[in-house]
Amino acid sequence: MAKLTLNINGTAQELDVEAGEPLLYVLRNGLGLKGPKFGCGLSECGACTVLADGKPLRACIVPAASLAGRTITTLEGLGTLENPHPLQQAFIDEQAAQCAYCIPGMIMSAKALLDRNPEPSDEDIAWALAGNLCGCGTHLRIVRAIKRAASTMRETPIDSREGSA
Amino acid sequence: MTAPVSRRDVLAGALKGTGALLVGFAMSHPLTALAARITDDVENDIAGINKRVVDGDRVDAWLVITRDGRMILYSGKVELGTGVATALRQIVAEELAIAPTALEFIQGDTELTPDQKYTAGSKTLQVGGKQLRRAAATARHVLLGRASEHLGVPVEGLTVFDGAVVVTMSPSQRLSYAELIGTGFDTAVNDQADTVAPENFRVVGRSAPRIDIPAKVSGDFTYVHDIKRPGMWHGRVVRPPTIGATRMTATPEHIDRRHLAAEVEVVVEGAFIGVVAPTEWGAMQAAQSLKVSWRYAPTLPRMEALFDTLEAMPGDEEVGIDVGDVDTRLAAAEAPLTATYRWPYQIHDSIGPSCAVAEVNEGRMTAWSATQGVYPLRASLADLLELPQDEIHVIYAEGAGCYGHNGADDVTADAALLARAVNRPVRVQWSRADEHGWGPKGPAMVMKMAGALDASNAIAAWTFENWSPTHTTRPNADDGAANVLAGQLAHGLTPGSGTVGGNRNARTLYTFPHQRVTTHWLSSESSPLRPSALRTLGAMQNTFANECFLDELAYAGGLDPVDVRLRYLNDPRAKAVIEAVAKRSGWQPREQPNGQYEASRASHGRGIAFAQYENECAYVAAIAEVAVSGQGVRVEKVTVAHDCGQIVNPDGLRNQIEGNVLQATSRVLKEEVGFNTTGVTSLEWGAYPLLTFAEIPKVDIVLLDRPSEPMLGAGEATSAVIPAAIANAVFDACGLRLRRAPLTAAELRRVAQQS
Repeated sequence: MAKLTLNINGTAQELDVEAGEPLLYVLRNGLGLKGPKFGCGLSECGACTVLADGKPLRACIVPAASLAGRTITTLEGLGTLENPHPLQQAFIDEQAAQCAYCIPGMIMSAKALLDRNPEPSDEDIAWALAGNLCGCGTHLRIVRAIKRAASTMRETPIDSREGSA
Repeated sequence: MTAPVSRRDVLAGALKGTGALLVGFAMSHPLTALAARITDDVENDIAGINKRVVDGDRVDAWLVITRDGRMILYSGKVELGTGVATALRQIVAEELAIAPTALEFIQGDTELTPDQKYTAGSKTLQVGGKQLRRAAATARHVLLGRASEHLGVPVEGLTVFDGAVVVTMSPSQRLSYAELIGTGFDTAVNDQADTVAPENFRVVGRSAPRIDIPAKVSGDFTYVHDIKRPGMWHGRVVRPPTIGATRMTATPEHIDRRHLAAEVEVVVEGAFIGVVAPTEWGAMQAAQSLKVSWRYAPTLPRMEALFDTLEAMPGDEEVGIDVGDVDTRLAAAEAPLTATYRWPYQIHDSIGPSCAVAEVNEGRMTAWSATQGVYPLRASLADLLELPQDEIHVIYAEGAGCYGHNGADDVTADAALLARAVNRPVRVQWSRADEHGWGPKGPAMVMKMAGALDASNAIAAWTFENWSPTHTTRPNADDGAANVLAGQLAHGLTPGSGTVGGNRNARTLYTFPHQRVTTHWLSSESSPLRPSALRTLGAMQNTFANECFLDELAYAGGLDPVDVRLRYLNDPRAKAVIEAVAKRSGWQPREQPNGQYEASRASHGRGIAFAQYENECAYVAAIAEVAVSGQGVRVEKVTVAHDCGQIVNPDGLRNQIEGNVLQATSRVLKEEVGFNTTGVTSLEWGAYPLLTFAEIPKVDIVLLDRPSEPMLGAGEATSAVIPAAIANAVFDACGLRLRRAPLTAAELRRVAQQS
């Protein structure tokens, strides 16, 4: 066990980390965050996706200790049940979920996409989500939700929305 | 760190519509059996202090209204990610004239909910919804009757509205359900109770947003993977090299614990070997560090020899239909056609590998599981643990989408064995390789067809013959421990045999006067990989063969594929979906393929397929549009016409149909379990790829709503027709008949070379 400080969802967290322990287990078991999911442990499915300094990171394979000093954002860092982020709201509005196990990873990949490309095409979205798998076949709704969120976010810039991360 | 959730929080959450799951449970044994419920005692019911009525013949088993106005629906059918928790609420809300969001939803609990067997086979609304509708209708009649007595107004003068019984002509005179509930309904479900007439529906038939989605996209939702118990450790199972083989031949010869951390516990029961550690990462490290030498025998055929092996097996023959004089007609035919269709083993595409938590308190086992059947799983666990069933409490908690019998039951048995051995709560999370390798497989199947046209281009003869094991080796009381992997490993058991699913949709709806349909049932033990239920069971395989072969006959006779289907159908609802899909997609009649195969240029085609799921459930017709080149098959668009009788939640239904189209497209184009003579070799998504965002077709859906007809399941019917629609479109595009799934680029090029 070693102590490690990470900035997670805007708060500096001092954490106990085992040698080689991937970030995912620190987030889920150490901090009780339920957004990042275990899917494959091989960086193949994207269910564990979080943002590190704004870029998608597969938390299932990256050792937490290698991330010292980085800023980590999980699904919980975007919005809440009461005050969802436009991406979360768009997934609700489009009913873009079945089992929804893959959805947190989809939303995090989409967040990184929209941050660098506010008006993505279907091809841009397909490319950004190439590493995110969905077994239920919700893809069409996921694409619609991301386009809806992009539209909302263009109309209402993030800085002017109350309480959004 | 534990993130405790109190029962009250959970219920409050459910009431607010967050769809949170129940994680509280009974620490003590139920104390009292009450004939009628005392209805302000819900918390004690849920805590197990009162023993709830779970007999589905009683209204109180399904529905509780408390004196403070809470309304709780108890369902033995569970939410698997298909939206039934919302649709079932809609059905009950309609009968009680309340909003669906006013209902709390408690599901799948062997001490709280009625036994509705498995949540499977697209039967949740078709069967479970019907049961709930009758229970809720009976409840409404009870409340109306009580109000009539209290108010001195005949029932005919009363109306239910917004959680109260109201005097129709004097709406200020009202009694809320809470005021009328007394100590419960205390009555049997009346199967004859009048239900709300379809023309008066206000909730059913209208799209309702899924109640679980907000919490699922915010990270507040509790999946089985998120359940934590005080003092919980983490377990992993170390399994033999015979990955996924049905026959258990492996025994551990030597177990070397030298490299394990001191606190790790090792549990050995036969060939079941588990490690348990205080942390999850510690358990994963321990599973890697434990060195086991195994003695085992390779039992699988070479992968290339799979289909010949299946076909050569002796199997019990079952004739589904044998009418007319098939053999004479075939012998007399000028140019009879024969074709063999082959379908590989496939896995469940669950993105989250299976997970469960189990703990023992004073000899009683409690398990949280994403099982599709809490009661049947309890029966198998009882046999495995040698405990009476009432000493086991199984509580459903949602997992990742399962599409059938994946590892959810197995991992629960793993957790139960480990929790008992180390006497503390244990969470077991399967690895990706566990799920890909050891989860039950959708069976590989062979379908052999023969048929002929007569001089007038009528279908003169039709034969279908297939080879399949049972498609259901789920937990149950008869097979006990043999139907969970831990039982198979610990005791060398093989799953029970049966005759479920292999003949599903083997017989068609077509009125061919001379036809024979035969299934050769293989024993479970003779199935090289462990077989069980995957979405549609055998209907996908059989419909692939039937609907492609009908296309072969149509093109052989220069008949339009749409016309030939309509010609041999009598059922107007069957015809209606075919006509609707043809119209919607702008079908152009065709008598020969639209294009030719060219490796360097895409050719385009369309294909149709139709089925009535299980020959008695939903009617579906689909038209696929594809582009074919040496790069492979690209599905560009799929149009579906769908009739599942009365529609409860149209948007929820569309979500399911879209999912069926995309998942079935993935299955027919890409998915195949790889194996060698020892075991499964496709142990991650690289070796078993799924459809990606770059490959998804457009989907257009026509819903044929029939509010006055019974609800028919919609969770999987569409999947059955998609493979044939795609394969038929490939033929139309390029004149090549692909009869071996998956329809990969390599398979396409192989067929192109041979033609």
